[in-house]
Amino acid sequence: MTATHSLSLLRHADGRTVEQLTALSLLDLHHHVSQFLFKEARLQDTHAYDDWEALWTDDATYWVPANGHDTDPELQMSILYDNRSRIGIRVKQLKTGRRHTQTPRSELARTISNIELVSVADHELDVIANAVIFEDNMRGETIWAARNEYRLRLVDGAFKLVRKKVGLVNNHKPIFTLSFLV
Amino acid sequence: MSQTTSQTDYSALIEPTRVHSRLYYDPDIFQEELEKIWYRTWVYVGHTSEIPNKNDYVTKSIGPMPILMVRDREGEIRLLLNKCPHRGNQLCAYQKGNRTTFTCPYHSWTFNTNGDLMGYALPEGYEGTDKKGLGLGKVPRIAVYRGFIFGSMAHEGPTIEEHLGGAKASLDQLLDNSPTGELDLTVGFLQHRTKANWKFMVENETDGYHPGFVHSSIFQVAQSGIANLYGSDSTALTRDFGNGHTEFDLRPEWRKLDTPLGWFGTTADRLPAYVKAMNESYGADRARQIMIDGTPHIMIFPNLFIAEIQLFVIQPISVDESIQHVTALQFKGGEDINRRLRQQTMGSVGPAGFLLADDTEMYERNHRGSKIRDPEWLVLTRGLHRERLDENGYRIAHSTDETTQRGIWRHYLKLMTEAQP
Repeated sequence: MTATHSLSLLRHADGRTVEQLTALSLLDLHHHVSQFLFKEARLQDTHAYDDWEALWTDDATYWVPANGHDTDPELQMSILYDNRSRIGIRVKQLKTGRRHTQTPRSELARTISNIELVSVADHELDVIANAVIFEDNMRGETIWAARNEYRLRLVDGAFKLVRKKVGLVNNHKPIFTLSFLV
Repeated sequence: MSQTTSQTDYSALIEPTRVHSRLYYDPDIFQEELEKIWYRTWVYVGHTSEIPNKNDYVTKSIGPMPILMVRDREGEIRLLLNKCPHRGNQLCAYQKGNRTTFTCPYHSWTFNTNGDLMGYALPEGYEGTDKKGLGLGKVPRIAVYRGFIFGSMAHEGPTIEEHLGGAKASLDQLLDNSPTGELDLTVGFLQHRTKANWKFMVENETDGYHPGFVHSSIFQVAQSGIANLYGSDSTALTRDFGNGHTEFDLRPEWRKLDTPLGWFGTTADRLPAYVKAMNESYGADRARQIMIDGTPHIMIFPNLFIAEIQLFVIQPISVDESIQHVTALQFKGGEDINRRLRQQTMGSVGPAGFLLADDTEMYERNHRGSKIRDPEWLVLTRGLHRERLDENGYRIAHSTDETTQRGIWRHYLKLMTEAQP
């Protein structure tokens, strides 16, 4: 077995760690990006809070807009607009065991699809993908759908999350409590 | 007005210190609440800053019913019902905008922004018809108190001043915190869908007993002075203004702290532009006192809740579903404090909020619990022995006492049983 961390490393065919994203073929890059997004989805679905938090860079932004998809989160209300410090608080709150809306936790399964690379630089890339999330909790069953945008950065040979925007398709309407990691 | 013949004996369901669970889940009671509360009393609709220009409109609500809040071409505020009088079609499908006319997409009937019918397609078919009387439905009474727009579906009733009573002072307290005395509520609302009866929300907004438990997770991991306000030693008060309006009066605690902006968990040197503007507007002494006292925490019955840094509007959809609309309070002329108000609001409230997601979990559990048959009565005795009157004759008690819930139900019983005009 290979440790998860070393599986996360981006490698060339000869085993060397990737130092520049532009050195990979688009096909390889798409595969690595997909694997990263699937891993993030799994960590969220299984409430692996610490491992999920470790995906973020120090300058991270985690954003779920409201009332449309092109609002300015610095000037208008968003459902969620976390910097790195607030991501940390969110995770700590979930881990207290007294975040009542997640006690018991939501049962989750999500599908990430329609993954498209938007732009690639040496150490960062932008990618978009759709997410469909099935949530079951005490209130009932809820389906969430989102058009997501990500910025990933190559740090020490592996991807980190710099920016994630979760564009819920119904974010202009009343939505139920969204307390799992979306 | 249509008279509803009540099948419910409300005095058998509401006693001074306990209420019956049926009040929360019975759909017949909900229908009667629509007639006797939502489509009769003063209900908060929106704020003048949301429609600053002539022909601006925004979709609001009174109870489950959508309302177009419009500033007409003369600059007058109108509350129009979003229904074409021809075939009942929903007239406007947009959330907000600016337009000189509303045209129904079904048969092209067109109305101006004061609701009058201007014309219809193929008019020769309406020869002899008077356009008067074919305008949009209107909320019969509109009142604006310092920018807060209220509507009443009853043609007659108490004035807004009579309705607000002592609660007016808390709105004044809020506006004192603005360097210009005005709010600017244009950063958008979050809409939180909640599978629970609306009254659980109204009661919880001034329930000081719950924060230490419902919100203990966030108090543990983030610096917050909130928990102390609702501990045994707190000098903060609950107050029942009558007419269903209730508040926490946190000023005793803030005055002990004696630090400008202490109520907001910050200090004057961190918001220099705001402090400067406050000093210029009110003079240093008065500004200092305002910034020590902070903003109010008041639930204005039945649907306007001001929670220090946010404004909530509670909307009932059905007996078991409600929407909490919430936005950050923003002071006209206070850019640096406004940014902090937005950031704190986004963190704490709405569907993903550190605080409100847990409150809402409680509302939904409250609602499911209400349908369990034993015990049927819910207890509201907390603090009876230490309830007293303040210098204005309003009931007050410790910040964790149920003086507020008892006051809400006293008013509710009056509304549900008094003779209709």
